[in-house]
Amino acid sequence: MAEPILQMRNITKTFGSVVANKDVNLSLYGGEIHALLGENGAGKSTLMNVLTGIYKPDGGEIYYKGKKVTIRSPKQAVNMGIGMVHQHFRLIPTLTVAENVSLYSEKRSFFLKQKEMEKEIAECSKKFSLDVDASAKVWQLSVGEQQRVEIIKLLYRGAEILILDEPSAVLTPQEADQMFITLRKMADQGKAVIVISHKMQEVMKNANRITVLKNGCVEDTMEAKDATVERLTKAVVGNRVFKNKGEHKKDYSEKVVLSLRRINANNDKGLPALKNISFDIHAGEIFGIAGVAGNGQRELAEVIAGIRSTTGGELYYKEENIVKNSIEKRIREGISFIPEDRLGMGLVPSMDMKQNVILKEYKTNKYSRGFIIQENVMEEKAKEFVEQHEIKHGGYDLPVGLMSGGNQQKLLIAREVDGSPSLIIAAYPVRGLDIGAAETIRDILYEQKEQGCAILLIVEELDDIFKMADRVGVLCDGQLMGIRKTTETDYNELGQMMSGEIGGGENA
Amino acid sequence: MRNWRIQKRTDVSTARRILIPIVFIFVALAFCGLFLIGLGFNPFTVYGEMLASIISVRGIQKSIVSGLPLIFTGLAVAFGYRMNLNNIGADGQYAFGAIFAVWFGLFGPVLPAPLKILCMFVLAMIGGAFIALIAAIPKAFWDVNETILTMMLNYVALYVLNYLMYGPWKEKGQMVAQTAKIKEKYWLPDIPGIGVNSILIIAIVIAVILYFFHKKTTKGYEMEVIRRSPGAATYAGINVRKNIILVLAISGAIAGLAGFAQVAGIIHRVQADLPNGAGYTGIVIAYLAGLNPLVVVIVGILFGALQISAVAVQVSGVPSQIATMIQGSIMLFVIAGDFFNRYRIARFGENGSQKKGGE
Amino acid sequence: MSTTLLISVISVAIIYAVSVLYATIGEIFSQRAGIMNLGLEGIMLMGAVSGYLVAVYKQNLILAMLVVILVGCILGLIFAFLTVTLQSDQTVAGMAMLTFGTGLSGFIGKSVSGVNANLKFEPFDIPILSKIPIIGPSVFHQDILVYAMYLIIPLSMIYIYKTRYGMILRALGENPAALDSAGYNVFALRYAYIIFGCAMTAVSGACVTLSYTNFWSDGMTSGKGWIAVALVVFSSWNPLIAVFGALLFGAISIIGIDIQMYVSTIPSQFFSALPYVATIIALIFTTGNFRKKRSSAPEALCIPYDREER
Repeated sequence: MAEPILQMRNITKTFGSVVANKDVNLSLYGGEIHALLGENGAGKSTLMNVLTGIYKPDGGEIYYKGKKVTIRSPKQAVNMGIGMVHQHFRLIPTLTVAENVSLYSEKRSFFLKQKEMEKEIAECSKKFSLDVDASAKVWQLSVGEQQRVEIIKLLYRGAEILILDEPSAVLTPQEADQMFITLRKMADQGKAVIVISHKMQEVMKNANRITVLKNGCVEDTMEAKDATVERLTKAVVGNRVFKNKGEHKKDYSEKVVLSLRRINANNDKGLPALKNISFDIHAGEIFGIAGVAGNGQRELAEVIAGIRSTTGGELYYKEENIVKNSIEKRIREGISFIPEDRLGMGLVPSMDMKQNVILKEYKTNKYSRGFIIQENVMEEKAKEFVEQHEIKHGGYDLPVGLMSGGNQQKLLIAREVDGSPSLIIAAYPVRGLDIGAAETIRDILYEQKEQGCAILLIVEELDDIFKMADRVGVLCDGQLMGIRKTTETDYNELGQMMSGEIGGGENA
Repeated sequence: MRNWRIQKRTDVSTARRILIPIVFIFVALAFCGLFLIGLGFNPFTVYGEMLASIISVRGIQKSIVSGLPLIFTGLAVAFGYRMNLNNIGADGQYAFGAIFAVWFGLFGPVLPAPLKILCMFVLAMIGGAFIALIAAIPKAFWDVNETILTMMLNYVALYVLNYLMYGPWKEKGQMVAQTAKIKEKYWLPDIPGIGVNSILIIAIVIAVILYFFHKKTTKGYEMEVIRRSPGAATYAGINVRKNIILVLAISGAIAGLAGFAQVAGIIHRVQADLPNGAGYTGIVIAYLAGLNPLVVVIVGILFGALQISAVAVQVSGVPSQIATMIQGSIMLFVIAGDFFNRYRIARFGENGSQKKGGE
Repeated sequence: MSTTLLISVISVAIIYAVSVLYATIGEIFSQRAGIMNLGLEGIMLMGAVSGYLVAVYKQNLILAMLVVILVGCILGLIFAFLTVTLQSDQTVAGMAMLTFGTGLSGFIGKSVSGVNANLKFEPFDIPILSKIPIIGPSVFHQDILVYAMYLIIPLSMIYIYKTRYGMILRALGENPAALDSAGYNVFALRYAYIIFGCAMTAVSGACVTLSYTNFWSDGMTSGKGWIAVALVVFSSWNPLIAVFGALLFGAISIIGIDIQMYVSTIPSQFFSALPYVATIIALIFTTGNFRKKRSSAPEALCIPYDREER
C-alpha cells in the first residue's frame, strides 16, 4: 500500500491515575475502512478524541499526510479534514438538513442561500448514495437519515478521514449493511474511514483492517481477511474465563402474570409509538424484547410501569386490568422497573445510597412510620444491599452519582428485586457495564426467574436474547412483529423481523 | 494551550461553605462603598454609622422586628425553591395575607382574643395561599412558567391592596392611605423582658417545623426527589402535579403570615404598598441561607438590621435605597463566590493533566 | 370613538409598546442563545436612571443614550460572567440582577428624583407619511426611539431567519454542543447576545424616562421588565409576534385610562392592573401545553454549557 494518510505514534493519554491510552500506534491509509475494536473502556473513544483535538495527548506524535502535526482543537481537526460522527448526533433538530450542513461548512456568506445549499447537498448525497431530503427539518428524520446527515456534513466540509463511533448501534442489520455500502463507496474514492465498534462479525465483514484495543494498548492489528472470531475474542477479552451461563432452564409455569391486549400508546411527540401490542408473560419466564432502539421499547416499559398512559387496550396483571392504576399502586402490587435511563429515572444521582434505597417505598411501613422516615431502617437496608450484591461505594453518605456505572446498576437492581416482585421490567439492564458487572446482573435476574418472577427483558444485543430469554418478541415501528421461542429461531429471522421484512399482522 | 483548568468539586467542607459567602459579603460591601464615594460620602463613616445604629438593645430589638416579615417571606421563597419552584410572588402573597387578616381584625365578629388572633392567623395563610394557587394551578396542569406568573400577580395583588387602602378601607378622616388599627385587645403581646413581639416565637417555631419537615418526613423527601430529579420522582410514583400545588400553596401561606405579623404584632394595621419589596428581599435571604429554614431566621434578622441601619443613615443624606443596593450586591457577589464552592481551579504543567474522565 | 381619541390611543399604544419592545427583542436574542435573563426590570431601571442623570446634569441626549447603552453592556457583561463563565443558576442570577439594579438605580437616582430635566426625545413628522389620515399623526409623528424601533423590527426578523448569523443563533439555544464541535465559540457568542440583550433592555429603560415620560422616580418602570419577559414567551421567541403583543398591552393600558375618564366609578387601580392580568391570561393560553405539543422554547434554554459534560 501507499504512504499512510495518517500515523499516530506512541500516543499516551492518562486521566489522573487512569491510563486511557498507552503507546498506541495506528496508521491509516486512504481507501480503507479501518475498524477499531474493543470493550467499553478499552480506550477507543479516548484515542479518537485525541485525533479530533478534544483531548491533548500526554505523549506521542501524529503525522498527517507525512507531516508532523499538533491537533489543538476540534476546529483545527475539522479544518485539516478529520471529522467524526459521534454516537449522539450533533444536529440541531429545529433546523433543516441544509442548514445543519451549512452550519458546519466553511462557506460563510452573510445571507442564507437555502435553495443553493439544497441543490449542492442533493448532489453530494447522490454521489455517495446518501439519500436524504435536504429541505426537511432534522427532527422529522429517522435515526438512520440523521446519521446520513452527519456524514454529509463531514463530506461537504471536505473530510479526508471519517471517524464513526458505533455507527450500527442505532440501525437495523439491514440499515447497517446499507451504511457500510456507503462507507465503502467513500473509501473507494480515496477517503479513509475509521469505524469504532464492538461487534466482531460486523467488523470482519466490512473492514479492510482491524485494530484491537485493550486496556488502552493496541492488542492486535490485522488484515480483516486474516481475522477469525477466536483471534479477535482473544484480543478483545484476553484470557478471561467465562462462567458459562448458557444452560439455564428454558421453561416456565403456565401461570400468566402479565397480559397485554391491543395496547396503544403515544411517544413524547404525541405520535403513535405502540400499535396494538398483545402478549403474555408467565411466572418464571424471561420474555425478551428485541428490536432497534427507538421502535417502542421505552414506551412499552413505561406503559407497563404506569409512567406513560395508554391510548387504548387492556393491561392485565394477575388477572386484573391495571390500565388505570397509579404508578404507586403498581409498585405496591409488585411491579418492579429497571429503567434504561439509570441516572435520569432509576436513581437520583445527587442523593446518597440510603435515600436512593427508599426511593420507591419511602411511604410504606417498610421505611416510615406515619409521616416520619425511619433513618435507621434505611441505613440497615443499604448495608444489606451492599453486602448481598458486593456493591463498591465510597460511603453511605456520598451521592450515588459518584459510583461507577456497574455499582449504580447493582444498587438499582438490588432495590428492584428486594421484596420479591412478581414482575420485573428490565430495560437494557447490562448496557454500558463491564463484563463482570453484567454477569452479576444477569445472575440476579436468573435468580428472580427461578423464584417464579416474570421478567420482561429489553436488550439491544441479540446475543443477550438468546442467552437469557425463553421467548422473544420483536418490535419494529411500534408493532410486535412476532413472538418466537428462542430455541426455535435464529439471528437471521430476528434481524428480518427487526427491519420489518417479515412478521406483523400476528397481533390479532 | 491553557495551563489551568476548572474542575468540579465533589467535597465541600462546611467551614468552606460558610466562609466563602462571608468573604464575598465583605467584597460586596466594598463594592457598594465605591458608589458611596461616587455620591460624595465616606464609606467608612456611613458603614460606621449604620453599624452604630444597630449595636444597642434598642437597635437589636428594632432589627428583629423589622426582620420579622422578611423571615416569613424568606421561609416562603426557600420552601418553594426546595422543589425548584421560583415563588417570587411573596410580595403579593404578603399583601393578601395582610388584607385577609386585617379584614377579620377590623370587620370580623367580636371574639375572645385568642380565637380572634387564631382566625386572623389562619386567614392570613389562606390569603397568601389563595394568590399563590392562581399561579400554582396553571404551573401544575399546563406547565406555565411560575416565575412570571407569581411576578405578575405581585402587581395585581398590590393594586388590590392599594385600592382598598385609598378606597373603601381607608381610615376615616386621615390623609394617609391606611386602615385603622385593630382593637388593642387583639394585639399579640410582646415577649416579656425582651421587648420583641411574640411573632418571633411563631417565626422560629415555623422555621423549626419546616426544618424538621425537610429532614425527616416523607413529604419532605418527596420534595427533595422532585427537586433533584423530576424523572426519578415520576418513576417512584410521586404525584408531581399535586406537589406543585401543595408546595406553592404552603409557600404562599407562609408569605401570607408576614401580613399577619404586621397586623397582629407590629403595626396593627395595613398600609398602601405595605410589602415594600419584602418578597424580593426574601429571595436574597433564602439564597444566602442556602434554603435552610433555621438559617433564614438569622439572615432575616440581619437583613432587618440592614434596613434599620439604612433608615438611620438617611439623616446624613444617604439614600435609603442603600439597603436594596447592598442586598443586590451581596447576592451578586455571593453567587459569584459560590463558584469557589462548586469548582476548584487547578494548575497544570505543560503536558500534565489531572482530570478524571476516559471513555 | 372620535378621530382624535383614536389617534391618541394608537400613538400612546405605540410609545408604550416601543418602551417594552427594546427589552423584549433583546431578551429574545438572549433566550435564543440559551440564556434566560429574569433581571430585565433591574437593568431597565438602571438604563432609565443613567439616561435621566445624564439628561439632567449634561443636558445632552446623545451622550445620555451612549451612557445608557454602556451601562447596559456592563450589566450584560456581569450577567454573562455569572451565567456563562461561572455557570450559575440563571434564575438566581436574574434575581440578583433585579435586586441589584433596583437598589442601585434608586440609590444613584435619589438626586434627580422629582427633578425636571426638561429634555426628552421630541416627536417629529416623517415627510409625506405623516400626512396620511389617522395613521400619519399617530404612527409617523413619533420620536427617534420609536422610529429606530420601526427599523429594528424588520432587521431583527431578517437577522434571525434569513442570515447565517441568525441561523447560528437559532442553533445556539438548541444544541450548543453541536455548534462547539463545528468550531464556533459558544461562550463568546453567548456573551455577545447577552450583552446585546442587556443593552437593548437599558434602552427600554431610557424610553421610559426620556420619551414615554420625562421624570425619574424610584422603581418607575413598574413591571415593564417583567412584561417584556412574558412577551418573549408569549411571542414564541419571534420579534414580529412580540410587536403585536406589545401593541395589545399598550392599547389595553391606554384604553383603560381613557375609559376611566368617562366612567369614573371604576377605580384607577383596576386599569393599572389590567396589563398584568392580561399578561397572565395570555401567558396561560399561549404557553400552557394543553395538549402535548412541541414547545417552541429553545431546547437548551437555562442550561449552562459545560464543555466537559457533553
